[in-house]
Amino acid sequence: MSSTAITKSIDARGMPCPGPLMSLIGAIREGQIGDVIEVLSSDEGSATDIPAWVAKAQHEMVDVIPEDGFRRFVIRKAR
Amino acid sequence: MDETLSLVLFSGTDDKLTAAAVLAVGGAAMGRTVNVFLQYWALEAFRADRIRKDHGAAPEAGPEGVSALARATERGKSQHWADLLEQAKLVGEVTVHACALSMDLFEITKDDLDPMVDDVEGVAAFMADATGPIVFI
Repeated sequence: MSSTAITKSIDARGMPCPGPLMSLIGAIREGQIGDVIEVLSSDEGSATDIPAWVAKAQHEMVDVIPEDGFRRFVIRKAR
Repeated sequence: MDETLSLVLFSGTDDKLTAAAVLAVGGAAMGRTVNVFLQYWALEAFRADRIRKDHGAAPEAGPEGVSALARATERGKSQHWADLLEQAKLVGEVTVHACALSMDLFEITKDDLDPMVDDVEGVAAFMADATGPIVFI
């Protein structure tokens, strides 16, 4: 379990692809550099999409934690 | 610079428009410039007075496919393609162009179209901007 302090948590469970990613992009845009955003997603597409977007947009994928029926993605806004 | 993604939308049914809008969102999110070209029935679907109406499903859906889509909507698993395209425009460089020929064929003017449509364009101008793959839906 990561001990990083979460700035904002988004519960996107139940949202279809690409909803969780779009919620993350919105939160990153509104946030400050250094913010840590957590996204809860039950969408299977997120497992590939969120890490791909985070790498492309040059932020930091802090953690992906499998939970019961969803994943917890932790991202740090790097720029 | 990243390659463009050029989406040629021909079909005007909700399933195909949704599939295309998902590609637009993905392309835009991943930093590609996305150019959408509206022809025939897709252009008709972008009429301001029809964009939110029921546009049905492609023939291959069949009655079972249509019920499956209805169930997905009930489960909240379906976003309107117009909303997806709006999202694509928010996250990236996405422009929507109406094919000049289709405009002529169906006697459509720019004012008849949803404001999401940026302009009317000829096919050569669309091709001039297409430096990456062209997808026909």
